[in-house]
Amino acid sequence: MTNPPLDLPAHTGSRTTRVLGAAVLVGVATMILLGFFVAPEDDLMADSVRMIFVHVPSAILTYVAFSVTAVGSVMWLWKRSVWWDIVAHSSAEIGVVFCGLTLVTGSIWGRPTWNTYWEWGDVRLVTTLILFVMMIGYLAVRSMGGDESAVATRAAVVGVIAAINIPIINRSVEWWADRTLHQQSSITDGKLEDWTLFTMFLGIVVWGVFYTWSMTHRFRIAWLERELRDGDLDEAIAARRAEAAASGGAS
Amino acid sequence: MLRDAWLVATKDLQIEWRSRVTFSQVVPFAGLVLVLFGFALDANRPVLLQATSGLFWVTIMFVSTLAVQRSTSIETTDGARRALLLAGIEPPAVFVGKSIAVAVQLLAVEVVLLAGVVVLYSADVEAWGLVFATCLVATVGIAAAGTLLGALVAGVRARETVLPILLLPVLAPVLIGATRAFDDALGSVAVDGWSWLGLLAGFGVINVVLGALSYGVLLEET
Amino acid sequence: MTHLGYLLAGWGITLGALGTYAFRLAVRGRSLAARVPVERRRWMTSEDDS
Repeated sequence: MTNPPLDLPAHTGSRTTRVLGAAVLVGVATMILLGFFVAPEDDLMADSVRMIFVHVPSAILTYVAFSVTAVGSVMWLWKRSVWWDIVAHSSAEIGVVFCGLTLVTGSIWGRPTWNTYWEWGDVRLVTTLILFVMMIGYLAVRSMGGDESAVATRAAVVGVIAAINIPIINRSVEWWADRTLHQQSSITDGKLEDWTLFTMFLGIVVWGVFYTWSMTHRFRIAWLERELRDGDLDEAIAARRAEAAASGGAS
Repeated sequence: MLRDAWLVATKDLQIEWRSRVTFSQVVPFAGLVLVLFGFALDANRPVLLQATSGLFWVTIMFVSTLAVQRSTSIETTDGARRALLLAGIEPPAVFVGKSIAVAVQLLAVEVVLLAGVVVLYSADVEAWGLVFATCLVATVGIAAAGTLLGALVAGVRARETVLPILLLPVLAPVLIGATRAFDDALGSVAVDGWSWLGLLAGFGVINVVLGALSYGVLLEET
Repeated sequence: MTHLGYLLAGWGITLGALGTYAFRLAVRGRSLAARVPVERRRWMTSEDDS
């Protein structure tokens, strides 16, 4: 069966991604409006509380993205599913972006709130940093090249190792620091004002939509890369065959 | 399975013994790092004493990447990996054997290093039992995680640089736990060192199981 | 508004990084799609047989 070659676009967008993209833009505009002009300042943190609107969603999406990578890794090892392999890779890349932003916004926020850019005593900060380095390693293994399925297997094992070791790293840092500055439960203990909470949840949703948008694009890019490699391979084989046929005909 | 593991371990150790790389290069390297830390901290006794346990384990972290690299290169040269598989040895046995070999080498380095901190840093060991238990338990975890990641990067270009990026963050709990336990044993910080052993043991068990389960996939496919 | 500098830096870096990443994804997609022949340019069709 041949695909209808008609209206295929020369980009990785589609109606869905355009809707998602527009939603993200509207969402970010709303967040700026609510975050800077509607949400009140915090009693304790004053206006620096407005940082949570970008910090908390980034942190949550970091862990969502890396969890997806872990699931994708397991699925590759278990089912040899190329689809899941690409999902794991795409999610790790986006996760690293979110993770970097979590660390940067966290430490910018830490300066006025804790009076230091980096606090070693904080469990979540240190754990997130180690996770960040691990996932950089994951992407490094990915980028080293080699046989496609071997790379996928290696990366998947790294993904599983990271996922399994993170709880124990978290625990060890917790015991080590044995105190934590982090807002343990500013969400649940009702310290945050209504509009602050609402804006933060809006942020999580908008970041989630952005994640979906990037995953779709990143997945399609990886898919096109595969097609390109396979296409080159097919072409090379066809060329060799033609050569062989030509030389065979001449002799 | 245990017999096979033992075979692999003795094979690696024999190769190591004959080449004497551990003794002629890795141990001097570890000693050198100790001396360099001494210079860096300007022979400032109180600071040096405070930092002894941390410096000890940071040095072991560096040494472990060297040991794992050596252990991996034994297998990658001359297609020895394939031969091992063809010999019918189960991958988990290979994993356990290679881990044992790495662990034995690391323990040897730790003994020398321990003498080094006692002599050079005049560390005053208060609880030898805790020191040895920590070395043993921590080393099992380091060797297991290292052997697994070593096999993982075996076929990768630039594996010398990729291995530390992958291994060192995974070893973070060992560094933290073993350092704290040593702090207690050396009497530099008042903490309960034995409770940290639990964490180290947990790390060891998890990584041994993880390695035994996934080593086969890496050995056969990459 | 207190801490305005910190806030602008945090928000700016976040939105800037996400925007740049998104832009690069779109550009990468375009240049790749242009190089892949039309009959291979589908991501969802050959999922099952791979």
